[in-house]
Amino acid sequence: MATSTALNIITPTDIRKSGPHWIKRWKQASIIIGGGILFLMILMAILAPLLTTYDPTLQDLDNRFSLPFWMEGSSPEHLLGSDHLGRDYFSRLIYGSRISLGIGFSVVIFAAVIGTSLGLLAGYFGGKVDMLISFLITTRLSLPIVLVALAAVALKGASLTTLVTVLSLLVWDQFAIVARSSTQAIRNNEYIRAARATGASHLRIMLRDILPNLRSTLIVIATLEMANVILLESALSFLGLGVRPPTPSWGLMIAEGRDNILFDPWLIALPGGMLCLLVLAVNLFGDGLRDVSGARIKR
Amino acid sequence: MFRFFLKRLFVALLVALAVSSISFSLAYLSGDPAIAIAGAGGSDKDAELIRQLYGFDRPILVQYVDWVGLALQGNLGTSYYFNMPVSQIIGERIPVTLILGTVSFVVAMLVGLPLGILAALKPNGLLDRMVLLIAVSGQAVPSFWLGLILIVVFGVWLNVVPISGAESWTGFILPVVVLSYYAIPALMRLMRASMIEVLQTNYVRTARSKGLGMPTVILRHALRNAILPLVSVAAVQLGILLSGSIVIESVFALNGLGRLAWESLLRSDLPVVQGIILILSLIYVLLTTLADLINAWLDPRIREA
Repeated sequence: MATSTALNIITPTDIRKSGPHWIKRWKQASIIIGGGILFLMILMAILAPLLTTYDPTLQDLDNRFSLPFWMEGSSPEHLLGSDHLGRDYFSRLIYGSRISLGIGFSVVIFAAVIGTSLGLLAGYFGGKVDMLISFLITTRLSLPIVLVALAAVALKGASLTTLVTVLSLLVWDQFAIVARSSTQAIRNNEYIRAARATGASHLRIMLRDILPNLRSTLIVIATLEMANVILLESALSFLGLGVRPPTPSWGLMIAEGRDNILFDPWLIALPGGMLCLLVLAVNLFGDGLRDVSGARIKR
Repeated sequence: MFRFFLKRLFVALLVALAVSSISFSLAYLSGDPAIAIAGAGGSDKDAELIRQLYGFDRPILVQYVDWVGLALQGNLGTSYYFNMPVSQIIGERIPVTLILGTVSFVVAMLVGLPLGILAALKPNGLLDRMVLLIAVSGQAVPSFWLGLILIVVFGVWLNVVPISGAESWTGFILPVVVLSYYAIPALMRLMRASMIEVLQTNYVRTARSKGLGMPTVILRHALRNAILPLVSVAAVQLGILLSGSIVIESVFALNGLGRLAWESLLRSDLPVVQGIILILSLIYVLLTTLADLINAWLDPRIREA
């Protein structure tokens, strides 16, 4: 990828040739469907204590592996059955959304701040600053992200803070790449030069005149990166080096259900299904936003 | 060309150096590596002994220079767990990862490129939308979960492939399917976008107006130019496939680098982890550098820029 190829994006100027009518409808629909599911998930995460009476970490070893409601011999107490420690699966699934969404949102916010600042500086000042920051981006892209995240979490000791810090330090690259090239595209515009002429400071120009122009593009990147982060968290937790038990994380639940995959495949099907649904919703939302905002970002 | 080559090589070397210092400094994330090795039951005396044995009592910069110097000679240190040279352990495990990565890459290219071309023929057509829809929804599926589901369906229920291990080539079928599945959308989207652009150029119109059929125009005229931007993305994808197999290897119990890295992390075998991170990063740097050079060779406009 390196400097010459990685750091180019297609500028938002050429508006996609509009297709048939139903395609525009589909784009709008994907925002509504994606946004709707996302909204419901957020609601579920916030209202978790109201939706279930079970503590998601409460063990009940007498009632291990209760079956979910659609299977024969299920118990009425546990709607979606219980896991290998007798914990209520329904409430673990509900509380799991807190981990995915919480980590997703916080990592993306930190990563956006890091990446956008770097990208703005590189694009605005150019020259040596740009060389240095482009070098940072290339270095970051060269690192195997899952492995470095795993190693850092394993060595630093797994906690939510560590997880968020490590992931934030690893996923800022897209923000930086896009902010850099967008800034380059507009830094010589009339109004920027006018601002300079009136004596505005560099910082002020970057924050007040350039940043607002990047807003819609950055929001799209943030959505798409959030999907990425949610998947990363689940992979780390699946490998036992992310969220620690007994905290309910969907990735961790898949790992725990894995030992019983032959007899109770629903134990992995349910948390996996939730993950797919959430990530799909975020992706649909982001894709729709991108098409509507006219920001054409290579993926 | 030669100047471009040198410049590109210089950047690659710098990146390699930066990557090496990052994987080196991982040892210090936990604070004192000697205490980490001594473990919870270790006394101060044990830690002191380990510090001297592994040279942790020297200044960090000296340790780093030492580590890089040895790494340049192919010596990545000694595994705490196996008590064997790290390079030897990595050498034993790397073939599985390389096979898995490259086969998945070839499969992804063979599926992604034709799909991209077909989608480009009728942008926003039914096939195009279908393919994009599948790509978007497919990206939402966690790879390890897809792997487990495939194991249940094809390994347990249908019993057509082994559920784990790589004793025979059939053990590679599911991992390759899963890995290539995630590389296809990126390749396909880019092929599509690039092909759409090329199909609008004048020389394609000329070729068409000469009465050439669409297959000839695409294969003989358009593809050569449309494939240019793919070189770098393909290199990136191959790099991601090689380093991304860590999750897949542990799902399918394949004895590659990824699984080795994971196991080494669980038993705090740091030199092995550092070695693997270094090797994978270097492979990535090598691939992207090669891609840039190939691009410059294919397209003179790049090397003059």
